[in-house]
Amino acid sequence: MAETGTLSRRQLVHEYEAVIVGAGGAGLWAALELARSGVKTAVLTKLYPTRSHTGAAQGGICAALGNHEEDHWEWHMFDTVKGGDYLVDQDAAEVLAKEAIETVIELEHMGLPFNRTPDGKIDQRRFGGHTRNYGEAAVRRACFAADRTGHMILQTLYQQCIKHGVRFFDEYHVVDLLIDGGQTRGVVAYRIADGEIHVFRSGAVLIATGGFGRMFKITSNALSLTGDGVALAYRRGVPLEDMEFYQIHPTGIVGIGILLSEAARGEGGYLRNDSGERFMERYAPKLMELAPRDMVSRAIYMEIREGRGINGGDYVYLDLTHLGREVIESKLPDITEFARVYQGIEPITQPVPITPTAHYAQGGIPTNVDARVVVDEVNTVLPGLYAAGECACVSVHGANRLGTNSLVDILVFGRRAGRSMAKDVAGQGLPDLDPDASEPVRAEIEALRGRESGESVNRIRTELAAVMWERCGVFREGAGLERLTGEVRDLRHRYANVKVEDKGLVFNTDLLEARELGYLLDCAEATVAAALARTESRGGHYREDFPERNDTDWLKHTLIYRTDGDPQLRYKPVTITRFQPKPRVY
Amino acid sequence: MQVDLRILRYDPERDKKPHWETYRVESAPMDRVLDVLNAVKWEKDGTLTYRRSCAHGVCGSDAMLINGRNRLACKIRVDQLGKKISVAPLPGFAVIKDLVVDMEDFFAKYRSVHPYQIDERPMPVTERLQSPEDRARYDDTTKCILCAACTSSCPSFWAKDTYVGPAAIVQAHRFIFDTRDEGSDERLEILADADGVWRCRTIFNCTEACPRGIDITRAILEVSSAIVERSV
Repeated sequence: MAETGTLSRRQLVHEYEAVIVGAGGAGLWAALELARSGVKTAVLTKLYPTRSHTGAAQGGICAALGNHEEDHWEWHMFDTVKGGDYLVDQDAAEVLAKEAIETVIELEHMGLPFNRTPDGKIDQRRFGGHTRNYGEAAVRRACFAADRTGHMILQTLYQQCIKHGVRFFDEYHVVDLLIDGGQTRGVVAYRIADGEIHVFRSGAVLIATGGFGRMFKITSNALSLTGDGVALAYRRGVPLEDMEFYQIHPTGIVGIGILLSEAARGEGGYLRNDSGERFMERYAPKLMELAPRDMVSRAIYMEIREGRGINGGDYVYLDLTHLGREVIESKLPDITEFARVYQGIEPITQPVPITPTAHYAQGGIPTNVDARVVVDEVNTVLPGLYAAGECACVSVHGANRLGTNSLVDILVFGRRAGRSMAKDVAGQGLPDLDPDASEPVRAEIEALRGRESGESVNRIRTELAAVMWERCGVFREGAGLERLTGEVRDLRHRYANVKVEDKGLVFNTDLLEARELGYLLDCAEATVAAALARTESRGGHYREDFPERNDTDWLKHTLIYRTDGDPQLRYKPVTITRFQPKPRVY
Repeated sequence: MQVDLRILRYDPERDKKPHWETYRVESAPMDRVLDVLNAVKWEKDGTLTYRRSCAHGVCGSDAMLINGRNRLACKIRVDQLGKKISVAPLPGFAVIKDLVVDMEDFFAKYRSVHPYQIDERPMPVTERLQSPEDRARYDDTTKCILCAACTSSCPSFWAKDTYVGPAAIVQAHRFIFDTRDEGSDERLEILADADGVWRCRTIFNCTEACPRGIDITRAILEVSSAIVERSV
């Protein structure tokens, strides 16, 4: 065994036609497409695939199957565009809504155990912002498997990957993305088990690393959601798109942020304030609790601010008590258990205290509808680089994602990513690779491991999460964001001197947490800069100093580029095809 | 309140054998054991090593032996355990470091039962139909998160580590009793092997250990019965 504290100089090089980073829904479906096409593919994940956060998705996956009532993909597309406050690229939303249908059917064909209607079809329920006939009333569009739809999707896709012999590299932490001369050349990974550096040479790399909710103090996100792929792309010159739009979900467990699915409201649950009032009737009289998440989260904050939180405190109630034991236990079993385990509340008889929780990044690595990464205002493709899932920004969610559209997004565009990669690598050899390509990141890791004094990861991470939540959460304003810009800059400086206690090579999670904090800081920098610049309110980005949407100046996507100094901001137009922007009323 | 967290530590780069270390941690009654582990790692000893991700019992990363029972550290609270909490790696598996065990063999056994739908018939344009009753038939075993709490709690597995183990049988059950699947014969054949279902002694440790509440022993018995029915 190598001496503690020094990395072996050995560089292990693997050669694959395609490399996928991340094994959630997007990565697994892409892998499946590549395997079916006979492309030699490696999937790298810092966890085991079944630990991916897709498995935590609860409520459902929308597709206009019309199993209960009339529905059309055009309605789904409209709801997606309106829900996203018209910042959605409509060509992408059209792909999303159309292909949602075949995607769900294919999942069923793969064996996914959907709940069933009495006549044996896939069961569907209501979900926030999903309506019939362009906004008339809520529609039953969300296909589901109890409240563990994501778990079933993750399991089903992993099962199919096993069936098709996909090659997994489990517990490999990707630490660098190799782009040189305008061409993607592979990735560098750190094998967690022994600290070895592995280079994966490949001309087609898919980033499917998920979100970065851990930059906020209260979040539904797994501890591992630290924006690794997003930050690596940003560091290698790829812009990030629409980072200011971060979704805060209305219903998280007070204090710890664990999600209680919107399906609870889709099944008929109410939100109540201290006087027992269903306060959403004052904010969204038509859709009530099923208004889009940004509106519901703001409404909850307004209630709390005005003293109508429960006992004047900083939470409200999610009330399921009128639904009855059978509905709760058969359709919402997991979240019922979460309330019992983490709050000591019995949802069948007691209202559940909830508060908004940081949930989903609408922004990320810009791509076109074929999951190819694009790097400027005119959508120039970066050869060999792909992104899909939460880390990507197609953009199908615009300024606010509708419930269930995350699962639709990761699967529709994960599938497209796999197909694009299979097409692009056909007949292509592997790119040349500098033999010292892994040296820069190897040096970074050795410096981190070797530093004998410095600040703890935890202190910087805790401070980051607190200030981001305070100043870049549901409500934002200019002065706070300016202050936050300085705070994040200071934290980045302090991070340059961060220390890890564990100096070993074997399963060094201390070192990995330090790397992850670096990624979070990059994501935070981009988020804050984009939020400060956008002087309007749209979807999940609410500026108290600019409370109105401003289409004249701001109906455009943010692109943010990393520089040695402050990040550089550029903008690109929104693609509008069928639906002209209108005020968003529910 | 203060909690004494006793952890079985082992670092292959420093230690010849595992040893116990105790940490006194400030904690709240509703804290998860994972919160207490995080408090030690983040504030007292950065070298403490364990797997974790979702922190709410759905990803299956943090199964470990807690006060003598296999559980998920993120799904058991301090107030359910008291002020003295003892944590060790999952029994029956090789320890890599501290609370991290080698999962490779566990996943190899999972793969060995063909844990994927086998149906090579042409698919319809829409979904295949399945009645709610047929769907309910295998519901329990779809909940498995592959955390290994069951397999690691099984005395039959401790006695003979070639036993495929409860988790793999649960995964096979999920397909064997799904009306859409056509692969039951090959799975039942695999599980009829000497290292298959017959090693189960209905001790029920697996069922007690399952953080998802799956009735694992019953699932194993249902698979055994299917093997018997198939052979007569």
